[in-house]
Amino acid sequence: MANYSTNEFKAGLKVMLDGDPCNIVENEFVKPGKGQAFNRVKLRNLNTGRVWERTFKSGESLEGADVLDLEMEYLYNDGDMWYFMRTDGSFEQYPVAKKALGDTEKWLKEQVAYTVTLWNDNVISVTPPNFIELEVTETDPGLKGDTAQGGSKPATLSSGAVVKVPLFINQGEVLKVDTRSGEYVSRA
Amino acid sequence: MSNINWQPTAAIETLRERARCLAEIRHFFAERGVLEVETPVLGHGGSTDLHLDSLSLTATTPAGRERLWLQTSPEFHMKRLLAAGSGPIFQLARSFRDGEVGRRHNLEFTMLEWYRPGFSLNDLIDETEALIRLLLPEVGPRRLRRYRELFRDYLGIDPFTISLIELRRLASERGNLNMAGSPRDDCLDLLMSLVIEPIMGQEGIDVVIDYPASQAALARKHGDAEDGVEVAARFEVYVQGLELANGYDELTDADEQALRFVADNAARERAGKPFVDVDTRLLAALNAGMPEGSGVALGVDRLIQLVLGKQSVAEVMAFATPLS
Repeated sequence: MANYSTNEFKAGLKVMLDGDPCNIVENEFVKPGKGQAFNRVKLRNLNTGRVWERTFKSGESLEGADVLDLEMEYLYNDGDMWYFMRTDGSFEQYPVAKKALGDTEKWLKEQVAYTVTLWNDNVISVTPPNFIELEVTETDPGLKGDTAQGGSKPATLSSGAVVKVPLFINQGEVLKVDTRSGEYVSRA
Repeated sequence: MSNINWQPTAAIETLRERARCLAEIRHFFAERGVLEVETPVLGHGGSTDLHLDSLSLTATTPAGRERLWLQTSPEFHMKRLLAAGSGPIFQLARSFRDGEVGRRHNLEFTMLEWYRPGFSLNDLIDETEALIRLLLPEVGPRRLRRYRELFRDYLGIDPFTISLIELRRLASERGNLNMAGSPRDDCLDLLMSLVIEPIMGQEGIDVVIDYPASQAALARKHGDAEDGVEVAARFEVYVQGLELANGYDELTDADEQALRFVADNAARERAGKPFVDVDTRLLAALNAGMPEGSGVALGVDRLIQLVLGKQSVAEVMAFATPLS
């Protein structure tokens, strides 16, 4: 992989830092008066999801990370690994370990497309679509006529996620949910 | 073609405000009898400063093919005017610094530089404050802050006496990077920009004075009142965490200036940076005699950014250097 100098740093660039692939979130050039210039950089560690704040002397460089985002459809789980398939027509399948799947496990639905991040051809993370439609498998019976007022109750969805829903929602209904906040959006 | 971004980075209304600020600046100096001058952006010497990277080009002139340097500030030409007897002068000068692009920086920018023969550094601090107040009438009171005091107050160290090992450890810790092997000034610069700068000028105009002698550039040096440690007769002005201006009690000694140029180029060589031609015409002018006095350079784009409450210099420039 190529090396990138601080003046090539920009949001979205994937680089290696302390042995982990990272995504540059923010890069700010700082320079006091006539002194040495520095870059203050925020990077997301793609293995752990944590955001690091680091300072580099301007002109330093980092090795690029061989990181690729691909769209893949979720297929099935064999009890050990979760399997995804590329949607580009190659039908290539990738096994995903629980660690890489992380929180996305509770948003899995067959035939839905996810963004799968590969590093050196191994899956390191899976990002669900921003919105997903899932069926309610368990919740208290709906309250008729309570459509306008507030109040909420927990509902378990077919993927295993538990979200707060309005009181009028019934078991068996399909809901639109925001996977980023984990919040109910509407009936689908 | 349709996805090429041709639009200005500043709104047209902002450019009207910018023009109004520039007119006010010109009026300020006209009233005070300071002459507006225009000097070339290209010169025979560049800035030798270790931390400034000059751009250069090759031009065809009656002397043949010559390497010329784009100015990092209009200092050299303006000092030659002073030596020729111009009296007080100012310039709104386009300046160029390679590699400096960001929220507060642009590859080319507008520098307001002015020189006051006979002015002490304090006289010039007063005048700089008056100009800033003209454009920022709401700004709070002015405070003089000694470089040494700032490091004592906010970092608990004496920047002039702390050992290099301890200084490197502190810089590494605060910046979360490895500063082992870094020179003293780099460590101080890091702490200045990460810890001190952001809190400067949050309540008004903070003027930092008495810089380390090693950061004197083209300023005189004198003994610190406290214990005689040599400090640079230089000031920097901060408003809302932005460094606005950098002023010097100007060095007028040609031999000392020549030595600093040579030392700068030696430091550049050690750092693996290219040699920069020394402006021999400036040295000759200093040798002929430049009047004693003070001079200051102010970043006009940053000042206008504050006047208009913008987040970056790009928003007050017609066409800023693209970020990517």
